[in-house]
Amino acid sequence: MQDTYTLLRHFADSWMLLAMFTFFGAAVLFAFRPGSRRTHDDTADIPFRNDSKPAGAEDSFGTRANMKEAAQ
Amino acid sequence: MWDYAKIAALGLVALAAAIAANFARDLAYQVHAIIILLVAGGLFIWQVRRTDEPKAIPAGEYMDDVVRAGVIATAFWGVVGFAAGTFIAFQLAFPQLNFEWAQGYMNFGKLRPLHTSAVIFAFGGNALLATSFYIVQRTSAVRLWGGNLAWFVFWGYNLFIVLAATGYLLGATQSKEYAEPEWYVDLWLTIVWVAYLLVFLGTIMTRKEKHIYVANWFFLSFIVTIAMLHVVNNLVIPVSIFGARSVQVMAGVQDAMTQWWYGHNAVGFFLTAGFLGMMYYFVPKQAERPIFSYKLSIVHFWALIFLYIWAGPHHLHYTALPDWASTLGMVFSVVLWMPSWGGMINGLMTLSGAWDKLRTDPIIRMMVVSIGFYGMSTFEGPMMSIRAVNSLSHYTDWTIGHVHSGALGWNGMITFGALYFLVPKLWNRERLYSLSAVSWHFWLATIGIVLYASSMWVTGIMEGLMWREVDANGFLVNSFADTVAAKFPMYVVRGLGGVLFLSGAIIMCVNLWLTVTRGTAKQAAPLAQPAE
Repeated sequence: MQDTYTLLRHFADSWMLLAMFTFFGAAVLFAFRPGSRRTHDDTADIPFRNDSKPAGAEDSFGTRANMKEAAQ
Repeated sequence: MWDYAKIAALGLVALAAAIAANFARDLAYQVHAIIILLVAGGLFIWQVRRTDEPKAIPAGEYMDDVVRAGVIATAFWGVVGFAAGTFIAFQLAFPQLNFEWAQGYMNFGKLRPLHTSAVIFAFGGNALLATSFYIVQRTSAVRLWGGNLAWFVFWGYNLFIVLAATGYLLGATQSKEYAEPEWYVDLWLTIVWVAYLLVFLGTIMTRKEKHIYVANWFFLSFIVTIAMLHVVNNLVIPVSIFGARSVQVMAGVQDAMTQWWYGHNAVGFFLTAGFLGMMYYFVPKQAERPIFSYKLSIVHFWALIFLYIWAGPHHLHYTALPDWASTLGMVFSVVLWMPSWGGMINGLMTLSGAWDKLRTDPIIRMMVVSIGFYGMSTFEGPMMSIRAVNSLSHYTDWTIGHVHSGALGWNGMITFGALYFLVPKLWNRERLYSLSAVSWHFWLATIGIVLYASSMWVTGIMEGLMWREVDANGFLVNSFADTVAAKFPMYVVRGLGGVLFLSGAIIMCVNLWLTVTRGTAKQAAPLAQPAE
């Protein structure tokens, strides 16, 4: 029976390292998947929507904020 | 029903604090018990007065009052923290400023943690609270989740700061850098932080946008990681329930490694990931164009969080820490250079096609300089983490210069930019009171940082070289006091840099104050809009 340190040490530099590297690689590859551009362009635009009111809230002129901004 | 529970809880807390003040074993604990007694007692009366009153539940608008409070707290603590830093810089140059009548309370050793906590946790922390609450609402298109829980987070966090700061002056510290507050203050921060996580996550989970904007990813990683770091690094056993003292659970090199795992990730997730959240929102907003590459921001995020967490051991080169661990820290620090510069490029290139704004808009200038300092200090840091360079730079003023080019340049400047952006929006003003005052602030702060960083490079490298200089027989040439004497002119220059940075921040506060009090209210949009 090996001590906990050695067990954890071997686990850390084999399977755990592989798992984390795979997750990282997959996350990066997923960002570059075909068809991601449209999603990313839309997401990058989020700061320019709903600036003064939450989505669906009526502003003082009675128009729905998100619809008004969508129309512009 | 909930109101009655709150009244009972507040009453019990006040009673417990009174008992604790009576049985206190040390002054810091007693003062803290009295502060808690007063806060809980005051809240008790306030809660009794408003119980069973009808409450207006505002819907259809963002919760901006808590953001306004956060902006005020940021500006206030910023000036306090910069003033404390400037004062202790002069204490190092002129030891007479460690006044005899204030020994034990206002000497350098007591004020130094006060300065670091005031700028990092009070100024930076309130900036992160305010901006994350502002950004998560806009990018999720919903009001903050949890009703008044956000107010609990704001006041609870600022109570934590008051307890920490008074504790330092009265000698309650567990002697861990950037984690000085004692056990009961740590427990309180844990409660506040869980509430912060709930507000933030709740808002994201009720969002109306399909995707989670990248700024929120950075904020979320900051909140989650700080919770983990804070809990693990503050595992202690109190000596008495009525005293401030505590004993660390871990000892020796394990304790040192835990401390610097905490310390470096406080830099990585508090001062970097959180502030990158600000960058990814405010730079596109101020430049009026989306981020240069959203894909790059995703890679930046994952690379940063996967690498930063391993960089801590570079603080422990040439110590009892095993070589493999400090080599691991060094390698990850050097690799970290790439995502950092990816993020810098992403921020800077957002301005492509709008570079003319640099001439006309001092706020965007501030943001660009802040990203520039982010790039500079994330290059300097990996370089200093290399063992050979570290053998020269460690324990010298170079480290202090590096920290300040990051903290003043990156964190300070991006926060100033965010405050200038937020104040007219939050108080519904047409524009800032004075743009030329913003320019003054920009130049004072920039020249202040340049003076600070360059004087610390000179004194740090000089110090490192003097310490390692040996004569033909292998004896050290210089005593420690020789290096202290040689550093004097650079210490004065550093203090002057602090004066410039502080005056810039005071100009900002005046400008923001006048924007709110004298500025003209923003006109409502015209009723009929032309078709576009």
